[in-house]
Amino acid sequence: MTLTQWMPFIVLMPLILSGVSALLPGKTAPWLLAFATATASTILAALVWLGLGPEPMRYAFGNWAPPMGIEYRVDHANALVALIVSGIASLALLWGKRSADQEIPERQGIFYALFLLALAGLLGITLTGDAFNVFVFLEISSLSTYALVAYGQDRRGLLAAFRYLIMGTIGATFILIGIGFLYMMTGTLNMADLAERIPAVADTNAVRAGFAFIIVGLGLKLALLPLHLWLPNAYAFAPNVITVFLAGTATKVALYVMLRFIYTIFGGDYSFGALPLADIMMVLAVAGMVVGSWVAMFEPNLKRMMAYSSVAQVGYLVLGVALVSIIGLTATFVHLFNHALMKAGLFMALGTVMYRTGSARIEAFYGVGRQMPWTMTAFALLGLSLIGVPATAGFVSKWYLIWGALDAGQVWLVVLILITSLMAVVYIWRVIEAAWFQAPRDQQSPVAEAPKALLIPLWLMVALNIYFGLDTRLSLGAAEQAAQVLLGGF
Amino acid sequence: MTVILSYFNYWVVVLLMMIGFYGVIAHGNMDKKLMSLGLFQTSVFIMFISAGKVIGGATPILRDGVALHSNPLPHVLILTAIVVGVATTAVGLALAVRIQEAYGTIEDDLIGDPSHEPEEP
Repeated sequence: MTLTQWMPFIVLMPLILSGVSALLPGKTAPWLLAFATATASTILAALVWLGLGPEPMRYAFGNWAPPMGIEYRVDHANALVALIVSGIASLALLWGKRSADQEIPERQGIFYALFLLALAGLLGITLTGDAFNVFVFLEISSLSTYALVAYGQDRRGLLAAFRYLIMGTIGATFILIGIGFLYMMTGTLNMADLAERIPAVADTNAVRAGFAFIIVGLGLKLALLPLHLWLPNAYAFAPNVITVFLAGTATKVALYVMLRFIYTIFGGDYSFGALPLADIMMVLAVAGMVVGSWVAMFEPNLKRMMAYSSVAQVGYLVLGVALVSIIGLTATFVHLFNHALMKAGLFMALGTVMYRTGSARIEAFYGVGRQMPWTMTAFALLGLSLIGVPATAGFVSKWYLIWGALDAGQVWLVVLILITSLMAVVYIWRVIEAAWFQAPRDQQSPVAEAPKALLIPLWLMVALNIYFGLDTRLSLGAAEQAAQVLLGGF
Repeated sequence: MTVILSYFNYWVVVLLMMIGFYGVIAHGNMDKKLMSLGLFQTSVFIMFISAGKVIGGATPILRDGVALHSNPLPHVLILTAIVVGVATTAVGLALAVRIQEAYGTIEDDLIGDPSHEPEEP
């Protein structure tokens, strides 16, 4: 079999094996299966990414030639996203065994089956070249995510999941309406085919309405302010391993699909010409950056704090798109990569403390710095990456964003990026201050350092954050390629 | 008048969609929210299926003497979307049952914002 024939297995492996995982008893076997599957997908995604030529890699399912059949179409943009998604899933699982054992005492087979389904959905959205297939995989990942968010023992997770379900379904239905309009106007669902046929009917209200529906629907999935309301509670009350996984993947995939629609299907000129999309995105991105960081500074629940920080980071991602330049788009992809690393790492650090203290409230972190020095040092280093201190991955993203803003002649954006970074300093510092400068709440029973099974993956994340801060050839090169591919069309 | 009659299906779609959407927002009861969500989704199904109708077209089955067929693809797409809709409703109802068990109510107003709930010991 050639690499092209292996490529669909990135999605098929987690999709098929999720059924097997549901049948496995006990705690170790399902975890092992899930971890092995995610790792295999990661390796395959890496091989595909390395093996890509200038032409996209295409695979037609069931040998039905596109545009009739469904095809997977992989270029440098979605290969990179697939690599990020599967990589973060493997890292989350590597870290999550102990944490899941504590938070999910029973029926772990089904838990990991849902995890694999969510992973398969996200990877499917990324790799497919068919607009309707995007909707189907979006719902596969969303439905399993709703169940996963509700899987913990905290009853608030149920409410968070229900509200996420309502908003997520509205978003997905908007996308379906949009795809319906496009299908009515062009008679095709294949992305490359759509891109060919849309220019002929571009100047109609149906296509414009379809475009608007798709952008709003994806904006909901992306948690772009003001459509972010589902995100903080869903992240805060989900089991920790799920939070780590979602924080690194779900919003990233939504952003990738949005870029695919904007650049490949509609074409950049149409997308930014038919609607004042760049202006809208700029305003929402800036609002997201400021509001997200502002709320994070005062949030007493640290998982919610990090979730609001994610809203701010989505703002950075969208800001890169709104600059409408190759540098801005490169910044978006670099940040996509780096933010997945740092936010997954930060949630791992919070989860590691929660493994011992059982609470994400800031009071539970009092004095933890001396009791769990390895965990909190990792948190501090990852926090520096989030702030954007040189020699960390976060610095590279901020550097590119600022460069993009200067290139576009928008000096006020540079000021805003710096101000929101300072706000990040404030909310990271709150945790450091609580962990090292406050006396522990309970002097009698100090918490012990976390087990090595949690610490080693956590420090792996720290190492990755620092590595990609120092050696940017891999992340930047990949991001530049991805941006060029998107701007160049299929 | 012709505008209304010739686009009758689409007017129904818009009407159902807005009823459903309003219900999702306005109702505090989670079951009613899910029903409204179902209505909202169903309206989109009707939109797709209306688009597949070819005037004068027969059912899309190959046989002698019939040249003009309706487009079967939207039906296939909507079959998938219906499955998705059923699954969504099922997950939503399962969550509503669990919420009833955990909180003793499924009225949104009575539960309030989960983030303000005091930390459980």
